[in-house]
Amino acid sequence: MVAKMEKATDLLSSPQSLFSLKSLKLKTKQQELLIRISILCLVYILAFITRLFSVLRYESMIHEFDPYFNYRTTLYLTQKGFYEFWNWFDSESWYPLGRIIGGTLYPGLMVTAAFIYWILRFLRFAVHIREVCVLTAPFFASNTTLVAYFFGKELWDSGAGLVAAALIAICPGYISRSVAGSYDNEAVAIFALLLTFYLFVKAVKGGSLAWSLASAFGYFYMVSAWGGYIFIINLIPLYVLVLLVTGRYSMRLYVAYNCMYILGMLLAMQIRFVGFQHVQSGEHMAAMGVFFLMQVFYFLDWVKHLLNDQKLFQAFLRITLTCAISVGAVALGVGTASGYISPWTGRFYSLLDPTYAKDHIPIIASVSEHQPTAWSSFMFDFHILLILFPAGLYFCFKRLSDATIFIVMYGLTSMYFAGVMVRLILVATPAVCLISAIAVSATIKNFSQLVRTKTKPTQGGSGKGTTSAKTSSKGALDQSLPYQKNGAIALLVGAFYLLTRYAIHCTWVTSEAYSSPSIVLAARGAHGNRVIFDDYREAYFWLRQNTPSDAKVMSWWDYGYQITAMGNRTVIVDNNTWNNTHIATVGRAMSSYEDEAYEIMRSLDVDYVLVVFGGVTGYSSDDINKFLWMVRIGGGVFPVIKEPDYLVNGEYRVDKGAAPKMLNCLMYKLSYYRFGELTTEYGKPPGYDRARGVEIGNKDIKLEYLEEAYTTSNWIVRIYKVKPPKNRW
Amino acid sequence: MTTTTTFRLYLLFSFFVLFAQWSPVLSDLLISKLDRKVDLTSQVVRITATLKLENPGNDQISEVLLPFPDHQAKDLAFLVATTSEGKGKTKTSSSSLPIKVVNPEGLPPSLTWYSVTLPKELGKGQSLTLEVRAAFTHALRPFPEKITQADIQLLVFQESAYYLSPYAVNVQSLSVKLPEPKVESYTKLENTKFSGSEIKYGPYENLPPFSYSPIAVHFVSNKPFAVAQELVREIEISHWGNVQITEHYNLVNAGATSIGEFSRLEYQARPHLRGASSFRHLVAKLPPRAHSIYYRDEIGNISTSNIWGDSSKTLLEIEPRYPMFGGWRTSFTIGYGLPLKDYLFRAEGKRFLNISFGCPMDEVVIDNLVVKVILPEGSKDISVSVPFSVKESRETKFSHLDMIGRPVFALEKTNAVPEHNQYFQVYYRFSNLSLLREPMMLISGFFFLFVACIVYMHADLTISKSSPSYLAKLQWDEVQTALQQIQSIMNHCLGIHDKLEASLRDLSRTGDVQACKAARKSADNMLKELSKDLKPLLSFLQSSPLAASLYSKVEELVAKEKELQEKLIVKHTTVTDSYEKKSGGRDIENRIAPIQQKITALRQEVDDLLEIIDEI
Repeated sequence: MVAKMEKATDLLSSPQSLFSLKSLKLKTKQQELLIRISILCLVYILAFITRLFSVLRYESMIHEFDPYFNYRTTLYLTQKGFYEFWNWFDSESWYPLGRIIGGTLYPGLMVTAAFIYWILRFLRFAVHIREVCVLTAPFFASNTTLVAYFFGKELWDSGAGLVAAALIAICPGYISRSVAGSYDNEAVAIFALLLTFYLFVKAVKGGSLAWSLASAFGYFYMVSAWGGYIFIINLIPLYVLVLLVTGRYSMRLYVAYNCMYILGMLLAMQIRFVGFQHVQSGEHMAAMGVFFLMQVFYFLDWVKHLLNDQKLFQAFLRITLTCAISVGAVALGVGTASGYISPWTGRFYSLLDPTYAKDHIPIIASVSEHQPTAWSSFMFDFHILLILFPAGLYFCFKRLSDATIFIVMYGLTSMYFAGVMVRLILVATPAVCLISAIAVSATIKNFSQLVRTKTKPTQGGSGKGTTSAKTSSKGALDQSLPYQKNGAIALLVGAFYLLTRYAIHCTWVTSEAYSSPSIVLAARGAHGNRVIFDDYREAYFWLRQNTPSDAKVMSWWDYGYQITAMGNRTVIVDNNTWNNTHIATVGRAMSSYEDEAYEIMRSLDVDYVLVVFGGVTGYSSDDINKFLWMVRIGGGVFPVIKEPDYLVNGEYRVDKGAAPKMLNCLMYKLSYYRFGELTTEYGKPPGYDRARGVEIGNKDIKLEYLEEAYTTSNWIVRIYKVKPPKNRW
Repeated sequence: MTTTTTFRLYLLFSFFVLFAQWSPVLSDLLISKLDRKVDLTSQVVRITATLKLENPGNDQISEVLLPFPDHQAKDLAFLVATTSEGKGKTKTSSSSLPIKVVNPEGLPPSLTWYSVTLPKELGKGQSLTLEVRAAFTHALRPFPEKITQADIQLLVFQESAYYLSPYAVNVQSLSVKLPEPKVESYTKLENTKFSGSEIKYGPYENLPPFSYSPIAVHFVSNKPFAVAQELVREIEISHWGNVQITEHYNLVNAGATSIGEFSRLEYQARPHLRGASSFRHLVAKLPPRAHSIYYRDEIGNISTSNIWGDSSKTLLEIEPRYPMFGGWRTSFTIGYGLPLKDYLFRAEGKRFLNISFGCPMDEVVIDNLVVKVILPEGSKDISVSVPFSVKESRETKFSHLDMIGRPVFALEKTNAVPEHNQYFQVYYRFSNLSLLREPMMLISGFFFLFVACIVYMHADLTISKSSPSYLAKLQWDEVQTALQQIQSIMNHCLGIHDKLEASLRDLSRTGDVQACKAARKSADNMLKELSKDLKPLLSFLQSSPLAASLYSKVEELVAKEKELQEKLIVKHTTVTDSYEKKSGGRDIENRIAPIQQKITALRQEVDDLLEIIDEI
């Protein structure tokens, strides 16, 4: 509620600042500065508190899946120190393979949180590391608003900066990944991304070594925080290329890019997970190519200066360019053929070709946040910004400069990626906010000027009542359009209305859609009261307390991180999907008959099997609904598993008409064990599955090799114990 | 397994009985009547023995010995002896008598001896009634040790039908109270009665010292077997008005271990049959006015708890995340705040905290209880008084804004039962001024931060004072100040213009030509001075390379302003002249109309120019 009010006043006050900039012109500049700083402070606070819904509604807890891994590693880092963390071999996941944590993660987030924690500890604030982790994302979102302000100021003017800060503070596209508790890489990465871009634009604008050095460090931070740094290392070369093609090559650009690329690359190599990819992987080759192209340009410039002969230079240019390009092509070809340069990864391909993953890599396609974006989610995440975005692009094209070219390219490319993958809306959000802010700021500025020029003569010439001939262009316009002032006022009111709607929409989305921890489910009871399903934590805590400390738990990979972090037990596969075969083995076990699955589980040394089942509560994202992906991923590696075996006429069903293999596979048995005796809904037969709305097909399930070890109070999580092998005699 | 141990114990104690035949009688004390009541309704075995002592000998007797077999003594959690005088309803109990462990010589081993000091020596022929209450933990053993979800829990209790005593007992009886009127088996001796949920042994008469006759009761009990293997209670005092209590539990259901399948379906449908031995919730009896109560564990808040209360207590019903079957463990933390003034008092210049020691849950047995009293930073002369023996140690804890840490007094007690829920006191000295230290630290911290900001804003941190960029910046600052000055002069000029216009309006109203002229004169002077001021600024701007782009605008502004000034003066002279000549109003208006038009246009231009310059 407070957040909402804050927001409304804030959005109103930020365009007001444009008035204040004007109305205070005769007073001191300090007053304007004061207003600007106080607006920024309010936006800063707003960005923080609007992300606290989940803390107020639930508790200070970590959300979703990946953040639990990040939390676990941060805990390890703060307890054992950096070197232990860096060399950590985690035997609790990917049993029996294990995982080298230090070499397979982006440490930026954990180091940041640990650093904040240590600083607070040093300042004698006895905080718990969990609180720090929970609040890291809102804190960095607040910092992002500051960067957005400076970026906007750099692109347009300080008014646009303020609007950009206010817009990004509450934009749902960004909030979705930065609410309190969403302790994920993206939380700091968006800050790092925008900071790098801002510093780079600043460096290009001034040609200053200091700024490009700063942008190299920004890039380093980004590399350390998120795999999305690939976007930077490809967008910046693309931008440089566009500047070269449009004839905007300058010494400033040369200094900025070279410094940033070389230093950024060297710094990025220090991250073990990235290593030598900058010189070895196909995704990073564009940056290197542009780097060499820059040198060629510089060389040509120098030759042109020496030759002073247009014709000769043209010939020289032709030869050099041909040579350079062919050498580059040959080098790339040889590198790729010899295997020195690794080809593009599947994820990269699937960005360029949205249908690629569906056909080739089911494990990427199975993740819901990797699906192509629907129009509705664009509208949901951007609201009016979606309309303001083209308007902002128009303004940018009208005042084309190095900086605006950058933001236009950033906006267009990231919009494309946002269309390919839902989660990349996040990357597009800052650009959309900045460009929209330019539109809002420029429009409001123009209108308010119109309103003011009209009122001024009536004030100045009071009592005289003379109709003077206006020489200014505005005056001339004024006369040509008689209702201009009223129109301007009406449009201003309209703009405020839109912005207010935006604020209301953002608050609503944040509160309703993005503030659920997803580990605790909430539903409305029959009397409108809130019912909480805390089954996940119930099951994980049961595992933690009542199983042997070396027990191995098999579940689908979605729950791996949570089981290790909350259940403190070893898992077979987890959300770091680095080994497709291992995941396929689990998928195969889940989709086999019990005796076959038992063999697989014995070979994997599994003690417990955990399945998520929503048939009692009607929770739809359970394992039965994910089951086809298990079949697909399992079948991708083990051709024994065939998807059509589980379907009837291409239809996926669990009722009487389901495929016989489906009715007897391990996943079905574990999900529906003894479910046939339970009446879930009044007036329905026993064994009525509420998540799928059908009566199950196999009610008489007997387990031979497993036994029910625990089922949570709402049946959402079911844990089975794998029985030891029978005695031979 | 159980039968063998029983058998072993039997052997052991028959040996005692033999041994006792020729061991020396300790004193002449005689127990004329003895009543023992064993309460098995909870997991804590409570034995109340009422002994009527008589001194038939000549010596004065001041001590009574109470022996317990070692295997019982290790489970002995609580022992208290009181004397009661009078009879029936007028019975009054004295305060508890001092008890200490003794090792009298020449007595059989594997017995632990407690000696009760009587309030007054017992002379010849005198008698006294002594009431001994003892509580044992882990004295009940589940048998069978492993049960399935559908089974009921059976427990075994072993005791001696005769009171083990170094003194002869004239008449004695024993009654065992069971939680339910269901018993699997019990040792049948002479005079054994089983009725309802009570088994009665005795009365037995004239038994010699060290008589022993083992009995075992195998009975049904589904009472919760909640055992906290470790409970850490932190009591943190804040002199801002709060006592914060945090309790970390490590709980296990120590009843018969659950084996086989756990079926949620069965448990859901018939919780009292399928899962009878499990417990679902515990009730903590917190003090009244407890506030900010929370209940959580390592992975977050536990949402299944309930709270209600009245003026004498606050009841907190907590439900672990899952039903606690036999052998299942859980751990959690509950915390609450209490108003300071209810628990902290002053005495003899010292402050003392008076708060209860044990766990607020009556059903829980605590294997290892650690009570940590965290005193505010800067407390001195700390001492503790606890009504029973505990292990003491000192620690330091760092909390918010602590420099040297808060002194922590840790008290450790094993085998704690609800009977230990007694008040204990912590005495310490603390100066009120220390309270202000932490707020002052914060205030000064922010103060220095702001001072640092101010210093940073005002200090010139340029490394090289001769670098071109620094010089350019300096020059630019100068240009800016010059521009600002020019602007203010221009604004001043415009103000004077307005004054002139005003004087003209006054003239048209009053017709006072002299006043108008005087106004004109002063305006002329002022304008002259202003133009004098303007000259050096203009020449500075002209000379400065940085202002080259601006200069044209400024020049234009000055020129326009001059023109405006001239026109205004012309207008002024014309109007005053015509007034002197007493021309008609219409005539004047006709004359100044063209001038007026120009003036308005010029004024507009000057305003626009000023605006443009302002935006630079």
